[in-house]
Amino acid sequence: MKYLLDFTIITVSLLAATGLVFGDSDHERDEHRQTTSASSFAPYQTECGSCHLAYPPALLPARSWEALMTGLADHFGDNAELSAASTAQIRDYLVSNAADHSSARRAAAFANSVPAGQAPLRITETRYFQRKHDEVPARLVKDNPKVGSFSNCQACHRRAEAGSFDEHSVNIPGYGRWDD
Amino acid sequence: MKTLTLTALSATLLAAAVQATAAGDPAAGQSAWERQVPARDGAPRSCVTCHGSDPRQPGKHVRTGKAIAAMAPSVEAERFSDPAKENKWFTRNCKWTWGRLCTADEQADIKAYLYSF
Repeated sequence: MKYLLDFTIITVSLLAATGLVFGDSDHERDEHRQTTSASSFAPYQTECGSCHLAYPPALLPARSWEALMTGLADHFGDNAELSAASTAQIRDYLVSNAADHSSARRAAAFANSVPAGQAPLRITETRYFQRKHDEVPARLVKDNPKVGSFSNCQACHRRAEAGSFDEHSVNIPGYGRWDD
Repeated sequence: MKTLTLTALSATLLAAAVQATAAGDPAAGQSAWERQVPARDGAPRSCVTCHGSDPRQPGKHVRTGKAIAAMAPSVEAERFSDPAKENKWFTRNCKWTWGRLCTADEQADIKAYLYSF
């Protein structure tokens, strides 16, 4: 009986593991096809994604991520301190997948829109971001209680968690789909 | 033999001491949970700011709006199951909320409060 039980557990575990692997690769293909590449790096999801969208690293140049990761004790007014080991691990991930190091869709557009010598800490400060959002009025974002800020990507970009910022998946709370 | 007894006794005492620290006072924990501390930007902060006044309910990050799962271990079994995670969040959140680290006693009280649900 015990053996049978063990076997069942092993089989179920194997099936689960296989399912996960397939699930992941599907997910990754999807990201590469239509996105800036979602952040699938588990420590980044855990440490940063527990408070806010784990912004795809390809939305800021490496020098921005470097600067951001050295100031986590005052992270836009929040304390987001991490252990030295976690900080180094996440910084390496962000830097190697940054706008200027990544082949993800839109990475180059973000990288090119930041003047050399500048290291903005906010994605919303990049010219590419601003150009893409300049027709969206404040009442739909800043003055919209269900959105509040342009940094709250997933409020309107319903597939932001998957790394997709496609205009077709935009649905602004209290307003609806956005087509310009 | 004597050494062995002494070692065993010390170990027991040490365990008891750890237990005493870990026990905490739920009532003190509740008042810590609700204590409002003025922040630089004016709005007073407390644990309630993001976690809500009922630890059995999910909270909401005051800045980003992201949902925070309930803090009561009776609702979220994985709460306080990982010492490194616990330490990280007490560090971050005590500094943000109160502008300083929480003492070991304060942490124990807050945990006791959360475990009381």
